[in-house]
Amino acid sequence: MTNDVIGSVLVLGGGIAGMQSALDLANAGYYVYLVEKSPSIGGVMAQLDKTFPTNDCAM
Amino acid sequence: MITFKLNGKKVKGEEGQYILQVAENYGVEIPTLCHHKALEPAGMCRLCTVEMHYGGRVRYVTACNYPIWEGMEIKTDTETVHEGRKLNVELLLARCPDVPIIKELAAQYNLKKTRFKIKDDTCILCGLCTRICDRMGNSAISLTGRGVEMKVDTPFHIQTDVCMACSACAFVCPTGHITIDKIREHITTHAVKKIPSEYDAGLKGRKPIYVPYAQAVPNIPAIDRTKCVHFKTDGCKICADFCPVDAIDHSQKEEIIEFDVGSIVLAPGFEAFDPSRFDTYAYTSLPNVVTSLEFERILSATGPFSGHLVRPSDHKEPKKIGWLQCVGSRDLNRCDNAYCSSVCCMYAIKQTVIATEHSNELLDCAVFYMDMRTHGKDFDKYYENAKKKGVRFVRSRIHTIDPVPGTDEVSVRYIEEDGTIKEEIFDMFVLSVGLEIHQDIADLSKRISVDLDEYLFTKTDSFHPVATSVEGIYACGAFTGPKDIPQSVMEASASACAATEHLASARNTQTKILELPPERDVSEESPKIGIFVCNCGINIGGVVNVPEVAKYAKTLPNVAYVEENLFSCSQDTQEKMTDIITQKGLNRVVVAACTPKTHEPLFQETLINAGLNKYLFEMANIRNHDSWVHANDPDAATEKAKDLVRMAVAKTNLLAPLKQTDLPVSHSAMVIGGGIAGMTAAVSLAHQGYPVDLVEKSDTLGGNALMLGKTHKDEDIGTFVKGLIKAVESDDRITVHAGTTISNVDGFIGNFKTELRNSESTKTIEHGVAVIATGAKEYKPDEYLYGEHKAVMTHLELDDLFKNNDSRIDQTENVVFIQCVGSRDDARPYCSKVCCTHSVKNAIDFKKKNPNVNVLILYRDLRTYGKKEDLYREARAAGVIFSSYSVDQKPEVKPDGDQVIVEFTDRILNRKLAVKADILCLASAIVSHWDHSLAQLFKVPLDSDGWLLEAHQKLRPVDFANDGIFLCGMAHYPKPIEESIAQAQAAAARATTVLALESIKVGGIVSDIRAELCSGCLGCINVCPYNAIDFDNQKFVAEVNAALCKGCGACAAVCPSEAPTLMGFNNNQLYAQIKSALSA
Repeated sequence: MTNDVIGSVLVLGGGIAGMQSALDLANAGYYVYLVEKSPSIGGVMAQLDKTFPTNDCAM
Repeated sequence: MITFKLNGKKVKGEEGQYILQVAENYGVEIPTLCHHKALEPAGMCRLCTVEMHYGGRVRYVTACNYPIWEGMEIKTDTETVHEGRKLNVELLLARCPDVPIIKELAAQYNLKKTRFKIKDDTCILCGLCTRICDRMGNSAISLTGRGVEMKVDTPFHIQTDVCMACSACAFVCPTGHITIDKIREHITTHAVKKIPSEYDAGLKGRKPIYVPYAQAVPNIPAIDRTKCVHFKTDGCKICADFCPVDAIDHSQKEEIIEFDVGSIVLAPGFEAFDPSRFDTYAYTSLPNVVTSLEFERILSATGPFSGHLVRPSDHKEPKKIGWLQCVGSRDLNRCDNAYCSSVCCMYAIKQTVIATEHSNELLDCAVFYMDMRTHGKDFDKYYENAKKKGVRFVRSRIHTIDPVPGTDEVSVRYIEEDGTIKEEIFDMFVLSVGLEIHQDIADLSKRISVDLDEYLFTKTDSFHPVATSVEGIYACGAFTGPKDIPQSVMEASASACAATEHLASARNTQTKILELPPERDVSEESPKIGIFVCNCGINIGGVVNVPEVAKYAKTLPNVAYVEENLFSCSQDTQEKMTDIITQKGLNRVVVAACTPKTHEPLFQETLINAGLNKYLFEMANIRNHDSWVHANDPDAATEKAKDLVRMAVAKTNLLAPLKQTDLPVSHSAMVIGGGIAGMTAAVSLAHQGYPVDLVEKSDTLGGNALMLGKTHKDEDIGTFVKGLIKAVESDDRITVHAGTTISNVDGFIGNFKTELRNSESTKTIEHGVAVIATGAKEYKPDEYLYGEHKAVMTHLELDDLFKNNDSRIDQTENVVFIQCVGSRDDARPYCSKVCCTHSVKNAIDFKKKNPNVNVLILYRDLRTYGKKEDLYREARAAGVIFSSYSVDQKPEVKPDGDQVIVEFTDRILNRKLAVKADILCLASAIVSHWDHSLAQLFKVPLDSDGWLLEAHQKLRPVDFANDGIFLCGMAHYPKPIEESIAQAQAAAARATTVLALESIKVGGIVSDIRAELCSGCLGCINVCPYNAIDFDNQKFVAEVNAALCKGCGACAAVCPSEAPTLMGFNNNQLYAQIKSALSA
């Protein structure tokens, strides 16, 4: 099989979904470019106080 | 360097420095009002006047702007200096008798009143404001007039557009003469407003240069170019002057960077709906009407009110709060979002519960809703619990929120279900806003040809939930449709899997392998400890006397080297640290800085780079545990820092290298369950290049899907399942074991040995990971004449009639659906999630066949969440009748020949009605297989409803606490096909992260049980949360499996004989630390 594909992935968005996707990709052996518009990753979840059902701090 | 004398002591300063700067470096205080570090000094207030001696002569100079020179002698504390200063203060007091800072100075000089004529001004003409304005590149204000007429003003005393309302003048004004109001009313023509903090949803302001929030990653300030004055005027750049490490570069330009990538994953997220456009909710005019995101910030300890539940208008604690659901959702009338946002019901309930916990008094919470959509795992229990706690749930959609004149309260009028009109007053009101896709994302999608639906979510089909219309581009999270955190996390992992199925041949080609130096053997060396004390900028250094701590650290036993760093964690410090460890031959390291939780791995990596075992490391947390919490007592904080360092050194002296061994990973997977979820996981793993053993209990693949008709998007499930079975059977990497069960499981992550049994034989298969996808089944009802009358059937039975084009479908004139049969009751207190959509879909299909057929759906809450709401609307438009029933007034069914009579109480008419039905479809629950034995074999838990319990409901929805085992499909919870497939792909992605490893590391900080001390009491086995301890029945002792042990130490704490030792935290080390703490 010819190896003509590139083993890297661009993930757009550094919220909870983008971060999880990036982590799984990197841990599976693919290089990841994580692109985020704002100065820090974390997205909306970082703004939440506590999350159901454990009432864990969302941070 | 220039040397001179300051108050009799020799001091040194740089050429060009002023006396005040050097004095400050040496901790000599000189008062000043007109000085600011960012500005050239002007010597305006004269308070900093000091005595200069040279060659027998004395002169009086202003310290702020007098340059130092070799040999001069300065005195700041003489009687003459104080006399002069006192006179200065007396003059200022006459000019500004009511300015607090001047009154404070007067009190210091014991001045009760002034001998001069009182002028009653607030400006001391120090010129800081005009100088800062100049520095900002604006010069909107200046000192105008002469002599006694002099004042700060704009040219011609008129408001000017030159002033950009940056408010720097008010920021530096020492007397409070310039205020934001004055800028607004007298200086600028621009609007003066705070920059809303994105993080605090606008409830707080932020600076143009800012760190979004304390825990932000990366935790470095960003400059907002749209707000920073420098990018408007070319002035300011004060931040660059102040930055001690020259990290600020204003010349950076936007650049376009191109990457070659194999796939793209889009996870752009959502925007909270902006309710400003709804005039009747008065969101923009009433401060106590807030969005749910704002309320989230109000509740948060890091929020604008530090977690104190107060309302924005007057910071009073509310006693009564209302929530209004579906704001910006399920609304075609006032906005275009016809979909249900899926998450608002649940977050509103959570907010009521948390708000009640935050409130000091009994809080009255009322949620106004249309349907309570708590369709997820454990959601209904939480809802019922909130009801028990006294939260009121009112089924009514409020149209207007009114102010209560003369107060900060709000008033609402609503209709109860029985038709009574009520009016209630609330202290505050929360708008449960929905989720929307930002227009920028829609524009981007258009540029890259990704098709979106009418609501700007991606167009996806049920069988490829994370694929977009463009090959190679995948999407996840709220972008594919409104969804909650666990579902977003699942889709995120699913997209990681889908995005790489065609890239498997290029795995590890773009990643880099870290080259590590060999580990030095230090077993024969006596401890030689290096200590690095961090200032953390001013985080620690601003409170703790770091040089003193460093000096103290040198005196501790076996400490060979100490240094202090501005930032121990910075890249250059790490490199320096590596060099020092090597050069000085250090064999143990202590970093006195922040928390090991975030920084231990970084420093351990530095040790590894220096050839040291990474466990020869200890952190003393002198920031979180010290400088942050004792900021107002620097001396005590310094003492505590010394204590913490001494304790760390005491332990470090006893540290020994710990070993981690590499165990090879079996690069194959086992998937248990041959339904849609199991087959999807198997195919995905095979595409990732791994052999899969697929185990199915029954003789055929396909599971429940074989009995289903069409998805809610009208896609044919049968065709899809046949294709999937073919893909499984034709893939050489997948071995199907049908008619097979699991009889034994041994091993752990990377190294499982599972025994399979079929009617003929048993065999053992080695595999690295396992995916459990054993599904669930339809509940067979025991009510509503089910099984007694042929008109009564379940959904699967009705689907069968549809699939076979049964004549009963065509002959039917009256159809009734009853929802929640076997769900949301005492026996099964959960929502089965799929039945509402299933009923609505079948109702529409009846109407499509014959528009004259009467279809009635009796429901409790209609839970067509997300984009499925469209189907609900379509059904109503087609004439399907929906009537809600209450759980304590369930419908009754009586036989009537070939038909049944369904009696129910319509809650709006408040009347008992009866209808005849040719077909009565019971939307029966989905129930667990309750497979305890499989759960026990894999050591994974079942919850009280029989669903497999994941490692973390929010963040690890497809993992188990037991590593290397993953779950997907309905064994986790009832769910529609698209969610099962996403979860299966997610399980495959998570499993791939294990299979991609060559080996797993075992050991390090784990427990070790000394057999000779173990009495076999089983205490450790009972407390171990990870099932990491086995009992050896022959030797009668407990044994730790290092591969499963997480190093929590519970066993070491519980053992009466101290048989378990937690490596890296052994008793001797901890005792030494405690002893050292007490030896202060």
